[in-house]
Amino acid sequence: MTEEAAGLHLRGVSYRYAGTDRRVLQDVDLDVPAGRVLGVVGRNDAGKSTLCLVAAALAPGVIGGRLEGQVSIDGVDSRSFLPHEAAQRVGILFQNPETQLSGTAATVFEEVAFGPRNLGLPLADLVERVEEALDQLGIVDLAPRDPQRLSGGQAQLVALASVLALRPGILVLDEPTSQLDPAGTRLVGDALARLAASGRAAVLVAEHKTDLLERLADDVVVMDAGRVVISAPARDALADGRLLELGVTPPARVSISRAAAAAGVETRLAGAAWT
Amino acid sequence: MSGVDVSGVDVSNPPSIEAIRCEALAFTYPDGTAALRGIDLAIPVGGRVAIVGQNGSGKSTLVRQLNGLLRPTSGTVSILGRPVGRRHVAELARDVGLAFQNPDRQIFAGRVSTEVAFGPRNVGLDGAALDEAVTRALGLVGLADAGRTNPYDLGFSKRKLLALASVLAMGTPIVVLDEPTTGQDAGGIARIESIVEALAAEGRTVVTISHDMRFVAESFDRVVVMREGRIVADGTPAEVFAEAGWPALRSTNLEPPVAARVGASLGLGATPTEGALVEALRSASA
Repeated sequence: MTEEAAGLHLRGVSYRYAGTDRRVLQDVDLDVPAGRVLGVVGRNDAGKSTLCLVAAALAPGVIGGRLEGQVSIDGVDSRSFLPHEAAQRVGILFQNPETQLSGTAATVFEEVAFGPRNLGLPLADLVERVEEALDQLGIVDLAPRDPQRLSGGQAQLVALASVLALRPGILVLDEPTSQLDPAGTRLVGDALARLAASGRAAVLVAEHKTDLLERLADDVVVMDAGRVVISAPARDALADGRLLELGVTPPARVSISRAAAAAGVETRLAGAAWT
Repeated sequence: MSGVDVSGVDVSNPPSIEAIRCEALAFTYPDGTAALRGIDLAIPVGGRVAIVGQNGSGKSTLVRQLNGLLRPTSGTVSILGRPVGRRHVAELARDVGLAFQNPDRQIFAGRVSTEVAFGPRNVGLDGAALDEAVTRALGLVGLADAGRTNPYDLGFSKRKLLALASVLAMGTPIVVLDEPTTGQDAGGIARIESIVEALAAEGRTVVTISHDMRFVAESFDRVVVMREGRIVADGTPAEVFAEAGWPALRSTNLEPPVAARVGASLGLGATPTEGALVEALRSASA
């Protein structure tokens, strides 16, 4: 595999769910090389969650439907993977953490160990992976808790830990911080930034929180009606004047500067404490 | 949106009655987790109150006490002047509507309109009045065209709006929204803000749980900060998000809204909302 091929690359990708004629993704091109973070934003129903399923080879691999174009995972066409092969390369975090948790584990520790245990690792490696994932997300103290008795935000962190423990080379995250408090959001942002900076993973993250993406993402694509309508370095994409009409809340820095300018106020906000 | 009729049900109450009163409320889960450790909280009829705090601080446990899904381990909860005591969940459902954080805990019907009709039908609405309540609630959340859809053909954010519609259709005097803006795009958040506005204009009491400090500052007149099952701050957004309140916020892993931080860093005083910040910038530069 060449260096350019590592990571996730989509070319001319369109997708229809089984039994429907509508292309919920249309002619999507995007690149997430190893070591980079790509943010995906767009109004609800723009196709973000579908993009996540396609990027993780779950669509059409597991749920069926029709894919056109090419989804390349570390240089290999996603359609040539069996589901368990794709799962070893791409880790996906679903939008609803309760979809993710196995429901069979008695403790959070066992829950996070569930995935890597299926990789047949020696016990010591398994324990190390679980401990590292819990530590990265600041939830070591949840280890003995019952996964069914977590708050929404705690469940989301545990679900993410269970994906991180698989140490996938490609990480696909569908709104990973939707239920998190600001500290949890920062922890997730830091963990993902560290992971990408290590060069070990390519990260695709669908997120409504543009303040987070402004700090975390290298590049951002804005989707609308299944198409990529803006694709640019994060700072440029998130300052684009079309965001609000595309259903995306601009970062607070951008909206406040704009509101101040509209009110005729000269601002020098560069030094102000943003996020 | 003021004056918009959300349910068609008269919710006027004598202003002397409190919508919600908790006294020394404590709750411990069967596994020993002490989620509430002595909550004293009074919310007047018509109040708009946001409960904030870190994950696991007891917010969702607290609102489940308000409609009887959970019962106090000790202390009391009164709704509209009457102790919850052993009042049945079905009876409390006429007073308090709760939209869950996770809509899939709530949705069960095979059709959107059936889902929304379930609650009001159970409190005695039928025929044209029921149809009207359902249509109005679906219109408010922007799902007017989705009545015949299967809820699970809707995306997560629309299922959340559907769960909200089911609660609005009940026409309860108290509406509790657990993380309503989660997963919503800019348009969805604006819609929820206008629904809160409309509920308040009708004199309903609105309680939300949220991590979205911008939403809290823009749409609520009171902020209650929780940490480890206790209330650690309680005041208007201007008070709680002013610099003096930041230690309490940060002790429970929260950050004040960006507008408040920018205002403080520029020495402009308390600017909890973007509008307040722009106003302060304008007078400072005048």
